[in-house]
Amino acid sequence: MKVTRFTWFNATSLTLGFAFLYLPILLLVIFSFNESKLVTVWGGFSTKWYQQLWENSVYLDAALVTLKIAVVSSTMAAILGTVSALVLHRAGRFRGRTLFSGMIYAPLVMPEVITGLSLLLLFVAAGVAKGFWTISLAHITFSMCYVTVVVSSRLVTFDRSLEEAALDLGCTPFTAFLQVTLPVIAPSVISGWLLAFTLSMDDLVIASFTTGPGGTTLPIQLYSAIRRGVSPEINAISSILVGVVTIAVVIAAISSHQAERRRARNEHLANS
Amino acid sequence: MTTAAKSYDSVSSEFSPWTDSNATPLIQFQNVTKRYGDFVAIDNLSLDIYEREFFALLGPSGCGKTTMMRLLAGFEGLTEGRILLGGKDISHIPPNQRPVNMMFQSYALFPHMNVEQNIGFGLKQEGKSKAEIKDRVEELIQLVQLQQFTKRKPEQLSGGQRQRVALARSLAKKPKLLLLDEPLGALDKKLREQTQFELMNLQEQLGMTFMIVTHDQEEAMTVASRIAVMSKGELVQVDTPAQIYEAPKSRYVADFIGNVNFIGATVDSIAINKDAQEIEATLSNNTLVNATTTEITEIKQGDSIWLSLRPEKIAVDKAEPEGDRNKLKGTVIDIGYVGNVSTYHVQIAEDVIVKAQRVNRNRLRNRQITWDDEVWLHWNEDAALALDK
Repeated sequence: MKVTRFTWFNATSLTLGFAFLYLPILLLVIFSFNESKLVTVWGGFSTKWYQQLWENSVYLDAALVTLKIAVVSSTMAAILGTVSALVLHRAGRFRGRTLFSGMIYAPLVMPEVITGLSLLLLFVAAGVAKGFWTISLAHITFSMCYVTVVVSSRLVTFDRSLEEAALDLGCTPFTAFLQVTLPVIAPSVISGWLLAFTLSMDDLVIASFTTGPGGTTLPIQLYSAIRRGVSPEINAISSILVGVVTIAVVIAAISSHQAERRRARNEHLANS
Repeated sequence: MTTAAKSYDSVSSEFSPWTDSNATPLIQFQNVTKRYGDFVAIDNLSLDIYEREFFALLGPSGCGKTTMMRLLAGFEGLTEGRILLGGKDISHIPPNQRPVNMMFQSYALFPHMNVEQNIGFGLKQEGKSKAEIKDRVEELIQLVQLQQFTKRKPEQLSGGQRQRVALARSLAKKPKLLLLDEPLGALDKKLREQTQFELMNLQEQLGMTFMIVTHDQEEAMTVASRIAVMSKGELVQVDTPAQIYEAPKSRYVADFIGNVNFIGATVDSIAINKDAQEIEATLSNNTLVNATTTEITEIKQGDSIWLSLRPEKIAVDKAEPEGDRNKLKGTVIDIGYVGNVSTYHVQIAEDVIVKAQRVNRNRLRNRQITWDDEVWLHWNEDAALALDK
């Protein structure tokens, strides 16, 4: 392969491309360390907005609520999503299978506003007090189908004879699932869980339809704060989120690199 | 003249419970039918398998052999009939409660467990104590010679090592019947041949009953005490390997196992010799031939029959052989050279080509018979088998 040489055209397009992607984020991080209260005027370096953020319980509480909802909803979604993927994959051709699988995937393409509105109507009609649990329920309903998609794609390549071998060696169908199927498909269940977790973390639309007292998530809190004007405090909290995401991405990259090396080593062992 | 029917049995005279009317079979299929919707996978099939047998199910894909195995393991329920194991009806017992274990074609090793854990899995399910499991697993690891690999995961093993783990795992619970589903299909030819003999020795050493499903006829011939040839959900013939090869009862079986020539003939006379028929027949070019049957059949004088002749039983010579029977003249139109033997395709008539095999005792450059040579084919008078047309 020919090595691409340095040209001014390549350098310019690379710079412009990365600037387009990362300049806004970079500005946000820089201005979070701004002394001045004005968002667009640099008044010297300071970490006072981070201190203020730490003392401001509103954001901390919202972050905590968001985290709780994300954990509850993604865990439930992972369980239900895995079960529905198994049923879709295993049950063969039962009556209404196409309808059922179509309905499972519907929330993927449904506009969030519609999902949010219909859930709001349901909760109002049912007379449920809105708050923590209504948001959690709403998040379960829309993130479950993502888990189903992820786990289904794993089950396509899952060797059914593994389960049969477990039955053959004395397992009941349930213990075969726990001891063989689940450990084998666990990576896909975990990535489904992570997907549901992130979806729940940054959801604004559905959460704002179904929120209530005790259900103020971080996105809702941020959005309502922005409506009163952007403050450097918001820059600070956004910078923290950017930092968390960066760390998570780096960890994921390292672990997948290690998995690749382990795989190569195993291949070497098997052939030696 | 030798009789065709019984002489081949001498090979397996020490062990042949199927000829003993007092022996009780270990496995009995009684009028078993399995249907998937309209498709009949197994059609009203009855079969007895005896203890300590190495039984092979042989047939093309889709013939129902895998279904038979899955019925025995309990992964499929049967539609009609019943299956007995040691006299007990197991038709409706779930797979985890049957004293039957299976070695899977894909090996189905648990990827998240190492070699020891894989082998000990079945014993752990039985609730055996840690010490008991450890002893038995060690014993099995010795048996399949995997001492260096006990802590490895399946993905760290080669194909042959995985195959041995799978075998050890299926032997761990000392099943009354071990099912082997194409157990050597994923190995290369050399390793496969070696493993066939290992399997046979193991089966003899452990005194267990093995049932193997395979589409590889050589494998079935090598390992099995008896072979069942299947077609479209039915048993076509159940016999010892020697009988299946030397005395096939139908054109299907003769054609399925090894190479064979079928030549049309008309029956002139029939003589009964014990429980077989000896036939004199005429080919369409007026050549006189001898043929035998393996049992008393419905073949009558004047019938058209197939003369079934294995290529290795036909000799090829340039000089005309003595006698006036069992010989044919033709032209060599093709030679298939595979090193140790050559197969000569000899044209007898416009639409009749007979294959004859010859061991290459001479070097290739000294080949005496070559393309377009006129040759004589001839065979012993007991070489040809008569099959109903």
